[in-house]
Amino acid sequence: MDYGYGWGLPPAASSYAAQIDSLMWLLHVVMVGIFIIWGVYFSYCLVAYRATNGHRASYHTAGERSSLIPDGLILAFEMWLILAFGIPIWAQIKQRTPPADQALEVNVMGQQFAWNFQYAGPDKAFGRRKVSLVTAANAIGLDDTDPAAKDDIVTINNLHVQVGKPVILHMTSKDVIHSFQVTNFRNKQDLVPGLQTMLWFTPTEVGKYEIGCAQLCGIGHTQMIGNVFVDTPEAYDAWAKEQLQGRVATSAGGSVTPAQAVETSDARGIAGTAPKS
Amino acid sequence: MSESHAHAGEHGHAQPLSFWWKYVFSVDHKVIGIQYMITSFLFLLLGFAMMLLMRYQLATPQPGENFDPEHLGMVRGLIAWLFGEERMPYGFMAPEFYNQLGAMHGTIMIFLGVVPLGVAAFGNFVLPLQIGAEDMAFPRLNMASYWVYFVGGVVMLSSFLAPGGAAQSGWTSYAPLSVTAPPGQTIWLIAMVLIITSSLFGAINFIVTTLNLRAKGMSLGRMPVFCWAQFVTAVLLLLAFPVLEAGAILQLLDRVAGTSFFIPKDMIYGATVFPRAGGGNPLLWQHLFWFLAHPEVYVLLLPAFGIVSEIIATNTRKPLFGYKELVGSIVFIGVLSFVVWAHHMFLSGMRTSLANLFVTTTLIISVPSVAVLTCLLLSLRGARIRFTVPMLFALAFLPMFGIGGLTGLPLGFAPTDLHLHDTFYVIGHFHYVVAPGSLVALIGATYHWFPKMFGRKMNDTLGKIHFWGTVIPMNLIFFPMLIQGMWGMQRRLADPTLQWHNLPVQGWSTVILVGSVVMMAFQIPFLFNFFWSIWNGEKVGENPWEATTLEWACPSPPPHGNFAAPPEVHRGPYEYSVPGHQVDYWPQDEAA
Amino acid sequence: MSSQAHTATVATSTGIPHAKLGMWTFLASEVMLFGGLISSYVILRSGSPTMVIPPRTMMGVPLATLNTFVLISSSVTMVLALAAMKANELDKYMRYLAMTFGGGVIFLMIKAYEYNHKWHEGITISSNLFGSFYFTLTGLHALHVIGGMGIMAYLMWAGAKGHQSPTNYDRVEAGGLYWHFVDLVWVILFPILYLV
Repeated sequence: MDYGYGWGLPPAASSYAAQIDSLMWLLHVVMVGIFIIWGVYFSYCLVAYRATNGHRASYHTAGERSSLIPDGLILAFEMWLILAFGIPIWAQIKQRTPPADQALEVNVMGQQFAWNFQYAGPDKAFGRRKVSLVTAANAIGLDDTDPAAKDDIVTINNLHVQVGKPVILHMTSKDVIHSFQVTNFRNKQDLVPGLQTMLWFTPTEVGKYEIGCAQLCGIGHTQMIGNVFVDTPEAYDAWAKEQLQGRVATSAGGSVTPAQAVETSDARGIAGTAPKS
Repeated sequence: MSESHAHAGEHGHAQPLSFWWKYVFSVDHKVIGIQYMITSFLFLLLGFAMMLLMRYQLATPQPGENFDPEHLGMVRGLIAWLFGEERMPYGFMAPEFYNQLGAMHGTIMIFLGVVPLGVAAFGNFVLPLQIGAEDMAFPRLNMASYWVYFVGGVVMLSSFLAPGGAAQSGWTSYAPLSVTAPPGQTIWLIAMVLIITSSLFGAINFIVTTLNLRAKGMSLGRMPVFCWAQFVTAVLLLLAFPVLEAGAILQLLDRVAGTSFFIPKDMIYGATVFPRAGGGNPLLWQHLFWFLAHPEVYVLLLPAFGIVSEIIATNTRKPLFGYKELVGSIVFIGVLSFVVWAHHMFLSGMRTSLANLFVTTTLIISVPSVAVLTCLLLSLRGARIRFTVPMLFALAFLPMFGIGGLTGLPLGFAPTDLHLHDTFYVIGHFHYVVAPGSLVALIGATYHWFPKMFGRKMNDTLGKIHFWGTVIPMNLIFFPMLIQGMWGMQRRLADPTLQWHNLPVQGWSTVILVGSVVMMAFQIPFLFNFFWSIWNGEKVGENPWEATTLEWACPSPPPHGNFAAPPEVHRGPYEYSVPGHQVDYWPQDEAA
Repeated sequence: MSSQAHTATVATSTGIPHAKLGMWTFLASEVMLFGGLISSYVILRSGSPTMVIPPRTMMGVPLATLNTFVLISSSVTMVLALAAMKANELDKYMRYLAMTFGGGVIFLMIKAYEYNHKWHEGITISSNLFGSFYFTLTGLHALHVIGGMGIMAYLMWAGAKGHQSPTNYDRVEAGGLYWHFVDLVWVILFPILYLV
């Protein structure tokens, strides 16, 4: 088993990851700095003021106001953090999205225990989803009678995106709360049944990244795994074309089937049980 | 319990009490405090055992190349035999059992372990003594509080026997998962109602006692920091717990009465639509839960602040630095703790603009915590430090809580929380504050007040062994969690190795397991020391630590009614090394 | 140990008797309990698309108004009971206590009739969100009314046994505080459930 003893942050792969990483390092430098300063003073006191013969403690400690200085410094630092970084970065990442016409929009529907991704297809319109149509084969309940649904692609657990192009995920859940996490993008967002939530990212490195579920969702929580394939534009187009061909073929036959089966790199399942197929 | 029959003051019982009324259904705050202490030790050990099982699973979640199902090996074989095929097939943990242990470990440690120990055990025993009272304001309510807690604890544990097992939706019980969970969750909710009731009884008692039963001359400004901490904690419990109770009622109704408070419309359950009217909001549960659970973490912390203050004052032989700042900070933390709750919900789907408000309040609340730590640190300056066993623990609290508090910063700050939310960084953070933090303080409290409780001291050598064997392994356990979380390893994964992004930090789980086992081993000297010393420890008099506060102005252990005559207070609580005074301590009640 | 006799003159650091301070403290927690539930109702009512409010006619506003009046009157009789006890008029005290208790009985009877009526109309605890909140809120309140009636019954029993006098009226005052609180909760529930 190649279990590592790594440390630090995983490789960054999104446009805002660098900002978050810088903040992370800044905070930790300050935290470690404070700890060292306090620690040195603490150790000094333990040695200098230990009980020895003839030594009596001093009743007064000068400057009872002096303790307010670290309080003030820390408060000032934190207010600066909030105003300079907190509010703007939060607005950029969580409150605004890139312009929709420049982005790839994908509907995400989480369920116990898989990720369903719905692409709008060339018509850029998402087909309607109806809960009454949900079956094992039609996980998101895509309504085939809706013309916009004809070219929709639905994949399970695999999200294909283009490097350098923003992706906007509109997310909800079928059943319980899940959470979409890709550590390399430095972002995550809960998927809540009955609500729509949003997560956007712009991938910067071609590659394969793992989607983990970051909110306990039941016994399959640890197995709720997906992949983000960040493709070159050519590879993405090829993939999209292949999916569309498969989709059109099946929709002509009248039933909606997910275009891709589960694609996991490890066939291991939970130990002691049969591996997940 | 070596409690004497001597009656204090003019209030006594007409005849000696039977065993049941004296030790089991006692209304004496000291007996009740010791009952709480021993019961919470038991629950802490249980919660620890659950954690050990979980850490074993996390260190070796997959069979190695040489795995042979016929020959499981000693440890795995024992575990497989103990827990059976359903829970631990071949000694590997089934995910539902992992989730049960996770939810119950948290619940037991917080509600049945640390809070009862910090608040109900030491608060009950020490608070009336420190304010110079005969007992609590409502002794029978006090007794009821313990027994409701006990029954609640038994009910909570019994949920393991329910079909489908115990609660398994996290101690946070997020809906809708918790609404559709097996029956153990219903039992969890009922047990929580009992535990909340017990806490409310206790809170009322502490508040009325602190306000109403102070001895003559014991103004609020002369109260020890410990009493202030307990008072603010009681106010937190009083005002925050009912909101969780409201939430628990709603969740209970969702589970058994077909309501949809937390169930949205058209929710899928299994293969079909959940047959409910719908229209509820899962986030409502989170708001109701965290409205309690955030002040709850200060309930875990403030008694520790109080304890550490007392032990440091006694063992530095000088007044605490900044009494006003300490008390003011504790009160300020209490007030602010009610307006930070949604920092647990930045990514929950709540309105994103709310995040900025809660980041601000969260960062502001860090300031009084820094203030308390600074005051305690500055209390060492110019001191005459005695490295007694309680002092070792109180001193260790400072840097350990420091790490815990500092790691709260990237979590409370929303942009960095984007990466760290629901990872092991969170687990490392809160365990640092609660385990090397609060629990270390509570252990210190045990050594510090044991002489008053039993009239004997615990053994110092065993205490020092216990100290090093606890504090060092704690860092082996919790520091790697910060590393794993920084890498992005999520919480509550029964097998993190199924996700390849976790593999680079998986090795640390072995370190954590080793730390856990070593730490468990070093609790043995403590448990032995505790029980052995009750009967065989070195006998002590009224004031073995030469301290100034009132609990040391009565016999060890104090009789029913505590003080021979109601004490009168002439000075503040920390008059140590007063210039011109021959002895280096001047008790509060000593005549001028 | 002076835990049994709660005299109004027991020396306390604040001057407030234990029973009264204790009751205020307890009521603070009750405010948070009902507050949590009421806030949940307000939030979901303003935010949920599926919270269908039954029409006024189905809600039975006149009867509920009468019920409100009944509860408020019982608070008045409680005040009168306390005044009578302070003035050492035991007969009046017992009579007013009984009237307070009776007010509670009438309130619960009207409530039972209301519940039955709503069930017939199809409004149940699980029929929709409004029904869920209605029965939860009024049900919890009714349980508190029963608790209050228990307190009244105890006070009447103590009075009958001769254990009640102006030297220990503070527990009567505490019981009264509780009853007024229960009344106040209803005064809030009534408009938000029936009138809005």
